[in-house]
Amino acid sequence: MEEDLENRGGACPQLLDLIPNESDWMMAPEASGGGRGVGGLDDSEDKKLELKLGLPGVGGGEEEAAAVLCLDFFSKASKTTTTTTCTGARRRLFESAESKSEGPQQEQQAGFLQLQSRAESGNEWPHKAVWAGGKADLQQSHAAPGGAAGPNTSSQTRAAPAPVVGWPPIRSFRKNLSSSSVKPSVGLENDNAEMKQKFDNNKKGLLVKINMDGIPIGRKVDLKAYDNYEKLSLAVKELFLGLLAAQRDTPENENEAAKQAFVGLLDGSGEYTLVYEDNEGDKMFVGDVPWDMFVSTVKRLRVLKSSDLAALRLGAVSRKRTATES
Amino acid sequence: MTYFPEEVVEHIFDFVGSHRDRNTVSTVCKAWYQVERLSRRTVFVGNCYAIGPERVMARFPGINSLSVKGKPHFADFNLVPYDWGGFALPWIVAAARLCPGLEELRLKRMVVTDDGLELLARSFPNFKSLVLISCEGFSTDGLAAIATYCRGLRELDLQENEVEDHGCQWLSFFPDSCTSLVSLNFGCLKGEVNGGALERLVARCPNLRSLKLSPAVSVESLNKILARASHLVDLGTGSFAVDHRTDVYHTLMNSFPKFKSLRNLSGFWDASPCCLRAVYPVCTSLTVLNLSYAPAIQGDDLIKIICLCFKLQKLWVLDSIGDKGLAVVASTCKELQELRVFPCDIYGAGTTSVTEEGLLAVSSGCPKLNSLLYFCYQMTNAALITVAKNCPHFTRFRLCILDPGKPDPVTNQPLDEGFGAIVRSCKNIRRLSLSGRLTDQVFLYIGMYAERLEMLSIAFAGDSDKGMIYVLNGCKNLRKLEIRDCPFGDIALLKNVAKYETMRSLWMSSCDVTLGGCKALAAKMPRLNVEIINENEETYEFEENLSDRHKLEKIYVYRTVAGPRNDAPDFVWTL
Repeated sequence: MEEDLENRGGACPQLLDLIPNESDWMMAPEASGGGRGVGGLDDSEDKKLELKLGLPGVGGGEEEAAAVLCLDFFSKASKTTTTTTCTGARRRLFESAESKSEGPQQEQQAGFLQLQSRAESGNEWPHKAVWAGGKADLQQSHAAPGGAAGPNTSSQTRAAPAPVVGWPPIRSFRKNLSSSSVKPSVGLENDNAEMKQKFDNNKKGLLVKINMDGIPIGRKVDLKAYDNYEKLSLAVKELFLGLLAAQRDTPENENEAAKQAFVGLLDGSGEYTLVYEDNEGDKMFVGDVPWDMFVSTVKRLRVLKSSDLAALRLGAVSRKRTATES
Repeated sequence: MTYFPEEVVEHIFDFVGSHRDRNTVSTVCKAWYQVERLSRRTVFVGNCYAIGPERVMARFPGINSLSVKGKPHFADFNLVPYDWGGFALPWIVAAARLCPGLEELRLKRMVVTDDGLELLARSFPNFKSLVLISCEGFSTDGLAAIATYCRGLRELDLQENEVEDHGCQWLSFFPDSCTSLVSLNFGCLKGEVNGGALERLVARCPNLRSLKLSPAVSVESLNKILARASHLVDLGTGSFAVDHRTDVYHTLMNSFPKFKSLRNLSGFWDASPCCLRAVYPVCTSLTVLNLSYAPAIQGDDLIKIICLCFKLQKLWVLDSIGDKGLAVVASTCKELQELRVFPCDIYGAGTTSVTEEGLLAVSSGCPKLNSLLYFCYQMTNAALITVAKNCPHFTRFRLCILDPGKPDPVTNQPLDEGFGAIVRSCKNIRRLSLSGRLTDQVFLYIGMYAERLEMLSIAFAGDSDKGMIYVLNGCKNLRKLEIRDCPFGDIALLKNVAKYETMRSLWMSSCDVTLGGCKALAAKMPRLNVEIINENEETYEFEENLSDRHKLEKIYVYRTVAGPRNDAPDFVWTL
């Protein structure tokens, strides 16, 4: 937004220096940012850059925290954009620090911040995709050798990098080498597993929502932190114990009663039962399938009152139940 | 010279080998043109749409070797839609009719069908050599046809093709009478392989020198094959991981020492470190080593093998080799000419990779280095300047900094000076790929200094049209220019239109060229095909309604004497 930029005036001299005259200017985002990682280096510079790119309709205010500039990123999928209006070309931005209205940040897959595509009239918007957003994972990975690449930020919040068509310029079969390798040596196993999890399209990270009947506020649980159902059950108890106790009226036995509530979460024998919704939308009892399979298909968790179970539609309920109980 | 009898001229032309020289020779005078065309045995067509097959074969009726390339290079990275074109069939059909003596066919980035392969197999009684690189559209059925009908086949070389698997029996289609194979490469096949048929085939081909197996070939099978093929010069292993407690493993360990002629090793699909030890005995004579399909081999194990390879001329590795490993390369491989370092893990799980340090080490330790493909996460101008000083002989220099548009991390500057130093110092550079943060300045350097440059690949670089203009106005020998995601628009496109007729092709994607600009180009230069690739379904229905200011996602411009092609799919418009 030109006006905004001018108002900022002294706040972004660097940018102005880069722009000898408007019709020619080409954003050089990295020039000021160095090897910026996402959620990068210098917020104020980021803001400047961001505003610089903001066209009418984008709104400079939204992009406050965006550390990365992406003038334009056209992937095949989004190629409706070339002449369409500003809003049409927006791509989902993933940026840990930013507060864009586009959507939740952390679970999103990394995308590229596309502040703007071209305005209808403006063919002068250069587009140079800045990959910092999507390269978050690359940033992570070269934290080791790279170092100088700039602070590798909140790597944990990064999901898999958004697939960028044709980048890096290697043949497709090379892209999958690591993940398809057979039995890597021990040291690699963890890395491979994590990596697979990272770009496994079925999982949006490992944080899933969990709600408990009678408790208005839900929690989130990181399934990656557990490797079996017992631990999950304990974790559920820990998450909701305090809240449940607070809901109940009797302070003296509140803890006892509340703790009791979480016994038998997995086998249907307790006051509450743990169920989940899988990637097909079916509601299932937790505990039926191997842990890994559960983790790869679960979408959300619920702690239901066992007495309400019959009222809900549960996938393959009674048969499975009998099987596990035997 | 016209008073020399033709036979003499023809004899002299026998010594004129390269395509370019022969092309030049043919333009001297009509007589020479005639002699040359009739005596030409090998033809190379760099762009299958630049000329029609019939015309090639009418001019050169005596050819026995034909090479054709189809899709633009960026097709390797999925930037060209699947059915864009590059069909081999018209060439095979024409050759079947006009050049029945054909012995060798090399196709790259083309669509080859099973029907085409069968026609090929049946049409040329002297057929000896089929090389398919980065092709697609065929299956193992087509290979079976080749095996069945090509008596006397010497070479079947399949590199990085997409081949549909219709079963493993194609190898069995080589008749028992087939004993002529010299080179067999099916490393790119994904399906199962009939081990027995393979072993028997190898056993009955005493001239076999090059054998490259697919990942499906077990170590057990490999052992049997190695027992029968001790004259191999070039081996690509199949699967290369077995438990070290097995007999198979022990046999493997003892299989290599007897190979006196082995010079090239590749394959190592999923190789495990302990299996890799099997090849130590041959390392000292290796000239080519490709470990780039073995992600499980970490830096230390790579080092163990590399420090034995002091005759190595060509090395392909993954970046798990690390800077430390590259230092070992630098101190050991004094004969090294070509180095390729591929990214092991582009999704960033934090494993080792290489930096400018590794490249610096190799540049100072390997005086014969002339070809580089290097993927890394960062590079500095200082390093590039030093590399340029150390290695003035680069002919191919391809640097890919994985983070597009990333500047020098130490100085925060663009990498203009570094690449500038490369082109200034390396006078013979023919192929260059740029990456990192780059302004128009680097293109000025390239235009000024890269006189021998033939192929330039640019991504996420430049500030304005000037960048592209510098290149088009300089670079006298430029043949292929491929650009993606750069701010080059119509002004650059139209500045020097005559240049495109001196080049094979121009690719621009995600740049700023518009429909109007391309129309203008097409109007000015009728001997160019200006192709617009528009995969956006919404707009291509409204072709007529698109304004001239509509920015084009992908354009491909190439010189041609064949006019607009008639096999273009709906989404490709030739203006």
